[in-house]
Amino acid sequence: MSDSLRKLSVIAIATSLLVSTASALTTAEAVSAIRNVGAEGRGNSNASAALQDLAKAEARELPTILAGMDGASPVALNWLRSGVESIVAREAAAGRKLPVADLEKFVDQTSHHPRARRFAYELIVKADPAKADTMIAGMLNDPSTELRRDAVQRVLDEAAKSREAKKDADAVASYQQALKSARDVDQVQAISKALSELGQPVSLPEVFGWVNDWRVIGPFDNTGGTGYETVFPPEQNLDFGAEYAGKSGKVGWKSVTTTNDLGMVDLNKPLGTLKEVTGYAVTEFQSDGARPVELRLGCKNGWKLWLNGELQFGRDEYHRGTEIDHYRLKANLKPGKNVILVKVTQNEMKEEWTVEWEFQLRITDDLGTPIKFAKN
Amino acid sequence: MKKLFLSLAALTACSLHAGDWRQFRGPHGNGIADETDLPAKLDAQNIAWKINLPGRGLSSPIIVGDRIFVTASSGPKQERLHVLCFNAADGTQRWERQFWATGVTLAHEKTSVAAPTPTSDGEHVFALFSSNDLVCLDLDGNLLWLRGLTHDYPRASNSLGMSSSLVVTDGVVVAMIENDSESFTAGLDVKSGVNLWKLDRPKMANWTSPYLLKGTNSPTLVALQSGKGIAAVEPKTGRVVWEYTDGASTVPSGAVSGGIIFAPSKGLTAITPGVDGQPPTQIWRSAQLRPATSSPVVLDGRVFTLNDAGVLTAGSAIDGSRLWQLRLQGPHSATPVVAGKLLYCVNEKGLLQVVDSTAPEGAIVGELDLGQVVLSTPSIAHGALYVRSDGTLWKLKKS
Repeated sequence: MSDSLRKLSVIAIATSLLVSTASALTTAEAVSAIRNVGAEGRGNSNASAALQDLAKAEARELPTILAGMDGASPVALNWLRSGVESIVAREAAAGRKLPVADLEKFVDQTSHHPRARRFAYELIVKADPAKADTMIAGMLNDPSTELRRDAVQRVLDEAAKSREAKKDADAVASYQQALKSARDVDQVQAISKALSELGQPVSLPEVFGWVNDWRVIGPFDNTGGTGYETVFPPEQNLDFGAEYAGKSGKVGWKSVTTTNDLGMVDLNKPLGTLKEVTGYAVTEFQSDGARPVELRLGCKNGWKLWLNGELQFGRDEYHRGTEIDHYRLKANLKPGKNVILVKVTQNEMKEEWTVEWEFQLRITDDLGTPIKFAKN
Repeated sequence: MKKLFLSLAALTACSLHAGDWRQFRGPHGNGIADETDLPAKLDAQNIAWKINLPGRGLSSPIIVGDRIFVTASSGPKQERLHVLCFNAADGTQRWERQFWATGVTLAHEKTSVAAPTPTSDGEHVFALFSSNDLVCLDLDGNLLWLRGLTHDYPRASNSLGMSSSLVVTDGVVVAMIENDSESFTAGLDVKSGVNLWKLDRPKMANWTSPYLLKGTNSPTLVALQSGKGIAAVEPKTGRVVWEYTDGASTVPSGAVSGGIIFAPSKGLTAITPGVDGQPPTQIWRSAQLRPATSSPVVLDGRVFTLNDAGVLTAGSAIDGSRLWQLRLQGPHSATPVVAGKLLYCVNEKGLLQVVDSTAPEGAIVGELDLGQVVLSTPSIAHGALYVRSDGTLWKLKKS
């Protein structure tokens, strides 16, 4: 816990009592009260009262309020954002300038919340566009995906100009530079397309870092959608030599390696093109140490995901749509062997567009940089 | 005395806002405006102003007094949510508030994260997005509370996008968050945003919007339409007062007129609302009046439905018989809105077509090509028609 977070925690206890009785909160107290908002609207009334005080803060306190976003919940971020917007609107109406130098200093401190830094940057864009332009040029490897995206876009613009001027070597160099920094899927795909057109094909599976090697088993039953909540043997014990009673006979584990550009593990291939069925896929790998990661899954079937036996998340929606990184699950790896188990259920729909029984998975940091692990 | 003064002030404020359009499909939730003085014939002179919007959106503008409220979403993954307020007189911006989506922003490319239409009780603006972020602002843009409903209920989302609009009544905002996985409708306290109730709903994707059932001698109920049918609930408690269980569409919403519900169910079915514990009674059912994406509109004893291709069908609201059909240029996603005898139908290509509903076979009496894709239902307020696309908001009125 950082010093600033520790201070806020102490203030939080006092603030929950103060909000209803005190006449006006200090900026720190107001930030703390807002950070206390919880699930299902708990703390909304206190936060609403605190926001009125926060909106009266002086512009020079903007970096303090923005720093209050560090470690805040996604909901609290929006409350704090609104407080900043009120202050900025008030200053604009009064014709006063924002403290651009202080905001720049805030943006430069990469330990702050990425959204707070991006917000501060956008305030600079409005107040001093030239300054903002200078700043973004150096943000190709920024921990804020939004800031990084803009920096990458500048390089892509340069690449496009080189291409237009028939300077293909320069264009390739720019695209390759952009590819190293790009984390947004649409930018990666655009760069890959351009490089391919310039005779420099990109291995998308490599760039995205899909988990390619799996053991799969099935089909188990999912008639009437009941399989989604049914605990089949792979959820109880992973024994790769075992056979179990499946939906239509005995089933055993099979090894599958996907070479699909999008990392799709198509269960129809090893298990049969079936309906109202359940399949499982398992992958194992070694982690050098304990570390936080994101498990990024794409799937348009019902699914559940376990890491080392602990259920992380799941949804039973079918064939509505998916995309790369559709679901981002924050998780913690343990040192040594880690095991990911994915359950994928297929429903009863018969239309041609409901054939897919598949998923894709990659393991990344919170920025989307794929992490490679040794196979178990 | 102070209380009396405040009551009079509130009454005055309320009367000043007559002619508002505060929710999806207007003051009565059925597309019918209270006013009649809109142009029939249209040309560029009728465009009072048009302004650029900072993001995409299918939500309708809502109008409270001289203020227009619009939602939009921007960014590569539509994760930036906008609530904007404009002056009705000249389209100048009064304020803007932005929020970060806390829920899923994946949506079919045809829709967007700013699909649900906001609503207002005249003092607050309630804006919901496909990410299930719900914010309450005062009319000056000050945040009063917010909720991240997918943050609270993580499996509540729709990978094609959510679109149900909000209704507000009796101090309760009703949000339909109905989907395949974690499906519910909630009544939130207008003052604090906390749940007053949360009702489990059929686990199926649902893009319809709730609508109010205002009884003359009975409390207002909220109709929740889904693939299973219609549930009428008390806004303050969420108690289901009656249910219609014959199935209903999950895209077009029902319309209420003269105390009768015209429900997109097995074509179009007219029903009288149920009473406590007693189901509704069917009056008639017509396959010929089946609506498509657009919701039905009921006007002067006739019901109008529009199919995706652009065929406008008029039927008798009394017995469901088909009266006439008129081919408009389609396709259509937006629901027609009505001022006087005129139906304003905007197709997906941005062609606004005005239909005289009283002509013997219906007649197109005016057209204006807005030149942009329009999927949003227009709004009518204070003598003007408002239409929005992904990038533009237009005000049209008599020149």
